[in-house]
Amino acid sequence: MARKIVLIGPQRLQPTLAATVESLGVAGRIAAVTAGWEEREGEDRELHEHLGGRTTNLEAWTRVEDVMSADGELTGMIRQRADRLRAAHELYRLRLAHALDAARELLKREPQAGFEDLLEAEREAALRAVRVVDASHLERVSAIHAEFGAEAQPARRTSIRKHRAELEAQLKPCELLCIAGGHVVVLLHRLALLDVLGLWGERRPIVAWSAGAMALAERVVLFHDDPPQGAGNAEVYEPGLAAYSGLVPLPHARRRLRLHDGVRVGLMARRFAPDRCVALDALTRVEWDGSAWRGEAGTQQLDRQGHLTEVRS
Amino acid sequence: MSGFVAELEQEARRGHHALEAFLRGRRFPVVDGRSVTFVWRGEADEVLLRHWIHGLPGGLPFHRVPGAGLWFLAIDVPEGSRVEYKIEVARWGERRLMADPLNEHHAADPYGANSVVHAQGYAPPEWIAHDAEARAGELREHAVRSQAYGGERRVQVYLPARFRTTRRYPLLVVHDGEDYLRFAALKTVLDNLIHRLELPSMVVALTQSPNRLEEYADDPRQARFLVDELVPELERAYPLVQKPAARGMMGASFGAVASLSAAWRHQGVFGNLLLQSGSFVFTDIGQHDRGPLFDPVVRFVNAFRRNPGRPAEHIYLSCGVYESLIYYNRSLMPLLSKSGMTVRFSESHDGHNWENWRDRLREGLSWLFPGPLWMVYE
Repeated sequence: MARKIVLIGPQRLQPTLAATVESLGVAGRIAAVTAGWEEREGEDRELHEHLGGRTTNLEAWTRVEDVMSADGELTGMIRQRADRLRAAHELYRLRLAHALDAARELLKREPQAGFEDLLEAEREAALRAVRVVDASHLERVSAIHAEFGAEAQPARRTSIRKHRAELEAQLKPCELLCIAGGHVVVLLHRLALLDVLGLWGERRPIVAWSAGAMALAERVVLFHDDPPQGAGNAEVYEPGLAAYSGLVPLPHARRRLRLHDGVRVGLMARRFAPDRCVALDALTRVEWDGSAWRGEAGTQQLDRQGHLTEVRS
Repeated sequence: MSGFVAELEQEARRGHHALEAFLRGRRFPVVDGRSVTFVWRGEADEVLLRHWIHGLPGGLPFHRVPGAGLWFLAIDVPEGSRVEYKIEVARWGERRLMADPLNEHHAADPYGANSVVHAQGYAPPEWIAHDAEARAGELREHAVRSQAYGGERRVQVYLPARFRTTRRYPLLVVHDGEDYLRFAALKTVLDNLIHRLELPSMVVALTQSPNRLEEYADDPRQARFLVDELVPELERAYPLVQKPAARGMMGASFGAVASLSAAWRHQGVFGNLLLQSGSFVFTDIGQHDRGPLFDPVVRFVNAFRRNPGRPAEHIYLSCGVYESLIYYNRSLMPLLSKSGMTVRFSESHDGHNWENWRDRLREGLSWLFPGPLWMVYE
């Protein structure tokens, strides 16, 4: 049986994690990743207590700090990769802005009677162009990661092997892996460097929220419709850990997205189709069984007409 | 004539009851497109609108509606404007200046309170209001020994929510810091913008001068106090990123002059400046007409224009178009840009007041100190 992955809404103000764990029938120990909280990684008392004192924090952030201070060569390569990723991202943004402007303009345009098919064809072409920009960026970023992997050979490094062995031992008695939010790229890169998902295996369940849910996706999509600076164009940042497929998680969607703006909602839904864009606000939940998604009542996704609709399998 | 005024006069002609019925339940001033109509009720010999809009006559006369005990004034106000004013009423040879009794919008400043018109298209930003979800930062009193001034200067230090001594923070130094707290809701704004990840968690030093018109007017003691005393003291007391790129300074009016002057005198210390409605008066020929308080300011700005150097890497400059200072601020833009600094200039339909400065904080601060908005999802 494939592993179950449950994505839930933000946990700070209305925690639902304990209830989610209970619904999964997990009675034993729980491995927790709070690496997205960076230097506050260890401040997990609330989480620990919420889960009845059953958590073991994997300390992925601290472990990578340790690796970086012990292995100067690897640190240099990590920094070099970060520089290349930053440069690639800046270039991607330039192309993306133009492609998105065109798509948005066409989606805003009212169809002229008798020529609806022409407008729709143009809209679809504009969206295809956006998808091409996204895909070519993902390809470039994947190549940068592959270069890094080939050069750094993390699995062969003593500095990393030691931590992976410790993690394996920590994970062994655990029945569930919980991944909290925070800085999505820090979280993603640390989970990848330590190969936490590889060590966790394919059978045991995972619960994740906010950046945790994003890191597990096939692609990490960053988004905000009203940033204080810039156009607010959602960006495909880089490939995620691909623990599931077919869904783009949108944590804090109500705060970060103009969900009443049909053009923006429709654009997001169509751009990432056939994946579904799911608004992961407080009290929401979607579940992946390895082949299909099921949403809890009240959990909504963005649709191509620019509306929000219930997530159905 | 606005539609409202035409109706008002028509109802007044129909008599007292018709007029009362017409006015009942309305909010004043009446904003109808670009037309704003002020109303004052009572007996008077003359009623004037006192405002601080540069270019308009200082006292705009209201018109009397005969026999109705009612005065009105309709003016054209561009969209998105925010205008502060008072009403001056003359009666029996006496003149009284007052807030508009019919207007619920007030703005406070160190000199009292003004009434405020929110023209069409203006709404106070939602990020200035207390947000129950935002974790609150903390204000601490800090004493700094100053040789520059002799004695001790008290500074309030804002520490962001979840402050940790194990990490390092950017530093922002604020002139007229207590006024920014009281009149521009600076603490609430910092709490909210940090909570929304639009700003990084940062330490903010709120300085207040006992004699700002002297100390902020290019006084070398102020620059010395900030650079040689305050910043080193804060860097000893708090975990700060000790690089110019992570240091900023801000101020409004004379506070902007003090910020630019200190950064100019000590180049390479502050990477970021936020200058609001700076009193950057200069002369190209002859004498200025702003009075002796401006003498050192004009000397400084003239010297700065001759040799701007590079006081910072990033400068955010803002000014209201209704201020007399708009000309000076606009003139500064090309000079700053030419010197290789990255400069952003923002104009607003507002005047020389604290709420104008408050309303620009999100744009200015988040440009100088971008937060981890795109990367953090908690």
